Amino acid sequence: MFWNKEMETISVERLRELQLERLKKVVKYAYERVPYYKKKFDEVGLKPEDIRTLDDIKYIPYTSKADLREVYPFGMFAVPLSEIVEIHSSSGTTGKPVVMGYTRGDIGVWKEVMARSITMMGVTKEDIVQIAYGYGLFTGGLGFHYGALTVGATIVPASAGNTRRQIELMRDFGTTVLCCTPSYALYLAEYAKDEMGIEPSTLKLKAGSFGAEMWTEEMRKEIEKRFGLKAYNVYGLTEIIGPGVGHECQAQQGIHIQEDHFYPEIIEPETGEILPEGRTGELVLTTLTKEGVPMLRFRTRDITALITGECSCGRTLRRVKRIQGRSDDMIKVRGVMLFPYQIEKAILEVQGVEPHYQIILTRPHHLDEIEVQVEVSKETFSDDVKTMEGLKKKLEKRIEETVGIRVAVTLVEPKSLPRSEGKAKRVIDKRGLS
Amino acid sequence: MKIKQLSVFLENKKGRLYEALSVLAKEGINIRALTIADTSDFGILRMIVNNADAAKRALEETGFTTKITNVVAIGVKDRPGGLAEVLKYLYEADINVEYLYAFVEKSGEEAVVVLRTNNLDKTIDILSQRGIKLFDSQTIENI
Ligand SMILES: [Zn+2]
Repeated sequence: MFWNKEMETISVERLRELQLERLKKVVKYAYERVPYYKKKFDEVGLKPEDIRTLDDIKYIPYTSKADLREVYPFGMFAVPLSEIVEIHSSSGTTGKPVVMGYTRGDIGVWKEVMARSITMMGVTKEDIVQIAYGYGLFTGGLGFHYGALTVGATIVPASAGNTRRQIELMRDFGTTVLCCTPSYALYLAEYAKDEMGIEPSTLKLKAGSFGAEMWTEEMRKEIEKRFGLKAYNVYGLTEIIGPGVGHECQAQQGIHIQEDHFYPEIIEPETGEILPEGRTGELVLTTLTKEGVPMLRFRTRDITALITGECSCGRTLRRVKRIQGRSDDMIKVRGVMLFPYQIEKAILEVQGVEPHYQIILTRPHHLDEIEVQVEVSKETFSDDVKTMEGLKKKLEKRIEETVGIRVAVTLVEPKSLPRSEGKAKRVIDKRGLS
Repeated sequence: MKIKQLSVFLENKKGRLYEALSVLAKEGINIRALTIADTSDFGILRMIVNNADAAKRALEETGFTTKITNVVAIGVKDRPGGLAEVLKYLYEADINVEYLYAFVEKSGEEAVVVLRTNNLDKTIDILSQRGIKLFDSQTIENI
């Protein structure tokens, strides 16, 4: 199903023409209106008219999150505040937050890409969409709200948290579509079953759009199995527009980027070199139509790869793989880079263990140690010590095979690790580095 | 002749055993026998209690992970070689003993040995053929 079939199945040649036309326009617009861009361009001696082909995008300097913080709050705005109709902000765990302003036109684009995203899951105006992303400065709640509103679905604006209420709403209203973080989806399933005696698969959910944190294919299977729904990946970030930069179609084979609005590139994170299609690296995005805060070559810090080849759904918009890591989440242990998701994947591969875990980094004798605490589930608990030690060894072995360094696994009692209602706190670093 | 044994997963955290036992005390559960198998970071508490289902429910309500496993309980005469004889029968029948623990019954005449093997049905057959005393759950709960 398509929301905008003409654009979603546009011929590749026509799409590239459109992207070039829009790129030229946004470069000139940003250069003329945002002093930050003018300064950056001038520093490297670049003029907007130097951008003649899509390939020329490589001459434009990158924009980083740190650059955005420096101009807090409104330094990146290309229009006067009177033209801004909405403001969002991503909470910075370090330093100042990033502030984004949307014009009426930007909200229109957001509605369009979110309507496309929601429609990609086969959701129509007949559906009841429960939005359990936070409403507020965080873009998750309102982004989905705009999309569902545009499609004409029945919105249940539950916002984040209040787990018992979420489940009651799903049960009583017959919610068919759930939008939240994947870790919260699992928490909802567990809570429904354990605390309320409601088997999650008896709810009417048919689809779910999950994002705003890293998750794995195994987690997808787990969520699908527990709720009896199809789980889709949504991708987005406040700096670009919020959710809706890309979404998975029913083929579930990668995230279609709404390329007529957001131009993707993959680069080598250390050197900044552009990588060919298929190679894994950092995703860089350029907004082609944004008016409030145009973003030129924004470094997302998200690690992924462009997928080559056509998608069976008929969309010509290119796809990226599910986000495989975030350079901010990267843990450096004994000189080796690793991502929490790798450890998660390894745990899930060792059958029967619920995906609740925590990574604890210590440095007892000037040498990094990793401890992975994994909760024992009712299903995996055996009264046989050998079986339990076998489970622990299997986990240690699989994690070591995946990340390349030895870790110590500790089996802990279920529910002893903190549960999150938003983003999961997976790593506790006690090494005293910063 | 199988009897229910209640097992509890315990993290090696100070006070966890005490917490588990006080839950049972509050519930009025009597513990007939108890053993802990522990490793460097977790322990498995195994118990024979007077009401395994109620004990399980009470522990799970307070957040413990539990499991009920079937075991057999046999009476072994309080004389040298009593237990060795039993083990010999099992060994000859190619039955593996996963674990065992013992307690002395009130009269002090015999020891009660709780056994978990890889084949409980066969264990029961062999031991009854050999005239070993097997307790049923009612007897064990009322000891
Ligand atoms: Zn597709």
